[in-house]
Amino acid sequence: MNIGVIVFPGSNCDRDCAHVVSDICGRQTSLIWHQETSLATIDAVILPGGFSYGDYLRSGAIARCSPIIEVIIQFAQNGGLVLGICNGFQILLEIGLLPGAMLRNQDLHFICEDVYVKVENASTPFTNRCESGQVLKLPIAHAEGNYYTDPVTLSALQANAQIVFRYCDKDGYPTQTTNPNGSLDNIAGIQNAAGNVLGLMPHPERCAEALLGSEDGQKIFLSLINSLTTDSSSIAQHPIAHETS
Amino acid sequence: MKATVYVTLKAGIHDPQGEAIRQSLSTLGFDSIQGVRVGKYLEIEISETDPSTTEATVKQICEKLLANTVIEDFRFELRAS
Repeated sequence: MNIGVIVFPGSNCDRDCAHVVSDICGRQTSLIWHQETSLATIDAVILPGGFSYGDYLRSGAIARCSPIIEVIIQFAQNGGLVLGICNGFQILLEIGLLPGAMLRNQDLHFICEDVYVKVENASTPFTNRCESGQVLKLPIAHAEGNYYTDPVTLSALQANAQIVFRYCDKDGYPTQTTNPNGSLDNIAGIQNAAGNVLGLMPHPERCAEALLGSEDGQKIFLSLINSLTTDSSSIAQHPIAHETS
Repeated sequence: MKATVYVTLKAGIHDPQGEAIRQSLSTLGFDSIQGVRVGKYLEIEISETDPSTTEATVKQICEKLLANTVIEDFRFELRAS
């Protein structure tokens, strides 16, 4: 199993993601420069957070011109698992693998804080290690996370259980006051209709080990790894500890 | 030819940046300002002389990159450079 983490100029969470996959979860990972044109040895793709191309024009807009993007689109169309985190989510919207777009946060601030999100769908390849309705505490750090889509698409997202994460209070209730950025329907993460592409604004890679104060984010990575493992019983119930050398 | 491209948020899409500017103008005493919408303005040089070819090219680049048509509209003007 080899999980590829795409690196754009301006990505800054690529190594964090690779660290979680390899050092925390004990699986092989490859950092893939955006100029690459092959995912031949890759079993799943992570588009990490950061500021690809300095957020010029729109967040994620310029990244769509990178050579690896066509390969990722093909990979996703063939059923490959693709996880986009923060800027990675914005890129997935820009390249059309997920519906909708991001607007500036309602209050115009760059928001960097821990938030609660409810797992609305625990049957996805990215959440199968979560309980349905489970509340996770994850950090967000973005200026453009105000999810928008047209009413028809929003209804489809709701009807098909494509809204995977919603901002909520610590008891799991999505309210206006727990919506940090003005996202429609408190949306923090969505998947595509086929269920193999997920984008979320919170950063699970920043809270995947006790040392950082929370292990909630680890569930996303373990779910992904679980999905890639045909014999799910071979996945360690407890992740492999990071060995210092 | 030269193209000037305007990219604006679609009608009905909330523009918090425009609203912040409107409030600031109100603070400065410009009470008649009813609303502000913020957009992007781009100047593009194109090595084409045929207006219809240029128009097709500019439309394409707007749709492919310059505007996100989920949330933005675009319009442009062409002139000889």
